Amino acid sequence: MTDVRPHQDIATPAGDIAKPIKSELLHINMGPQHPSTHGVLRLFITTDGEMVTKVVPYLGYLHRCAEKIAEGNTYHQYIIYTDRMDYLAAMNCNWTYCLAVENTLRSLGVEVEIPEYAEYVRVIIGELNRIASHLIAFGTYGLDIGAMTPFFHALREREAILNIFEKVCGARLMYSYYDVGGVKWDIPDDAMDEIKLFIDLFPAKLDEYNELLTGNKIFVERTANVGVLDAATCIDYGCTGPVLRGSGVKHDLRKDDPYSIYDRFDFDIPVGTGTVGTVGDCWDRYHVRMLEMYESWRIIQQAVDRIPPRGEVMAKMPKNLKVPPGQGYYRAENPKGEMGFYIISDGGTVPFRCKTRSPAFHNLHIIEHVGKGQMISDLCATIGSLDLVLGEIDR
Amino acid sequence: MSEPKQTGPEVAFNVVGDQIADDREQMLDFRIDEDLAKVATPRSDHVIVARVEDLFRWAQLSSIWPMTFGLACCAIEMMSAAGTRYDMDRFGAGAMRGTPRQADLMIVSGTVTAKMATRIKRLYDQMPDPKWVIAMGSCAIGGGPYFKYGYHVVKGVDMMVPVDVYVPGCPPRPEVLLDGLMRLQDKIRGKRGKWRKPKWVDEYINTIPR
Repeated sequence: MTDVRPHQDIATPAGDIAKPIKSELLHINMGPQHPSTHGVLRLFITTDGEMVTKVVPYLGYLHRCAEKIAEGNTYHQYIIYTDRMDYLAAMNCNWTYCLAVENTLRSLGVEVEIPEYAEYVRVIIGELNRIASHLIAFGTYGLDIGAMTPFFHALREREAILNIFEKVCGARLMYSYYDVGGVKWDIPDDAMDEIKLFIDLFPAKLDEYNELLTGNKIFVERTANVGVLDAATCIDYGCTGPVLRGSGVKHDLRKDDPYSIYDRFDFDIPVGTGTVGTVGDCWDRYHVRMLEMYESWRIIQQAVDRIPPRGEVMAKMPKNLKVPPGQGYYRAENPKGEMGFYIISDGGTVPFRCKTRSPAFHNLHIIEHVGKGQMISDLCATIGSLDLVLGEIDR
Repeated sequence: MSEPKQTGPEVAFNVVGDQIADDREQMLDFRIDEDLAKVATPRSDHVIVARVEDLFRWAQLSSIWPMTFGLACCAIEMMSAAGTRYDMDRFGAGAMRGTPRQADLMIVSGTVTAKMATRIKRLYDQMPDPKWVIAMGSCAIGGGPYFKYGYHVVKGVDMMVPVDVYVPGCPPRPEVLLDGLMRLQDKIRGKRGKWRKPKWVDEYINTIPR
């Protein structure tokens, strides 16, 4: 297990003869119980002193058999399991799954007409959940770096969003609000008022976050030029979402492959620019999330302005939903990245196979590439900037 | 000690989330100090006499240090319970420790899988005595929604470690976790504390359409 080799990474003062320092390689398990691995991620790291020479992620500590469960449950029943995949953005997971089923139905010749009012409701609620998810990412990233205060500020606004969700569907975390063909219930009046209040108050809070953490000198020192990912590597590993956009690639399915009614709204796609360091460092990925919260706020504002008068929230769907034999794949932009469901049907009430393409799974594996040659503390900063959710990785 | 007579069904704590903060004084169990005052006789201004056991219990229940041990979805609600609105620190349980060696309480917050089960047992063994376990959420209690087809899900964390308090829900609201924490304090104290019904509960119940 032990290996003695010359140290490579320690910079020697100019003029000194570089004397090889011999140190033993040490194998460490980081996780599954570790405060900064965001769940039960286990990283097997080989260290040379303080430097990490190799990182291998081990998965499966939260494998909850979701894809097998899909084969035993009807299309409606499986919605509650999509909640528990990305539990920080359960609404978006519901939405992606419902889009996949609807799209599969359409491609196999079954007409599914979603009411326009329901589309607006879907956009408003989905974007609110994107803000809630990014708030947790922002708060816990502060915790990883060692700043406690932003976490409390982030949770304050998250509770406001959860209040809205509670009024809309009765749950705080596991919503199951979206259904195949629309949404289950209408937004009540007081929830709509609260959404409008949230729109009014949120930009001031964003400024507060930026003041707290974004420009903080210690935070910038810890994150700038750390964990730099270039665009080509990100694309090779299949990274999506803020991780890819942080590296400067302008890729967002809401713009590039607009689903639902996203082509009607005016919003920008923030990308990493290397403001304080290199393009694609941890700070860029963090900053893309902060800017995305603002863009989501813009979308919600426009959607609330243009929402049509109350109407049907559900398309006319058969009670016992059957999908004709065939297959379909659909993807959507989740807070973590591109999520997709691949559904194969044999004509029955349950899918024959339902494969999930989860964004965090692909974002995680870049840690093998970027973790090499980092300090252990920088590794924590890098994991935090990837914003992993283990429920989605292991499923 | 006689419990106050309940008329109608017993009200759960989670009926109205927002009002907890307004009535927190009423929800807090101040009998802790009253109980201690019964056994600790003040002899002078500076000396009290008490049984060591009672003092220890009082100290233990007033400073439960939970382990930062998020397994799955319930961990987010555990974070919320420790966060701004619910503030678990009011109960002396806000000091989340990263290592089991500094913790008294393991909140098993989420689904326990077969691969994770041995690790949970090991973490429990690493905690110093006295130690307590809260099983949070239906997955940790008995498999929850993964009971039927979840081939990799352990049907209940009580198969590995002894559980003191079960907190049901999928996921439980933070108020329910706080309730579980108060029940754990009762358990440490050795008897059930008095639950004072806040004023708003009756008013709220009357507003529910039947």
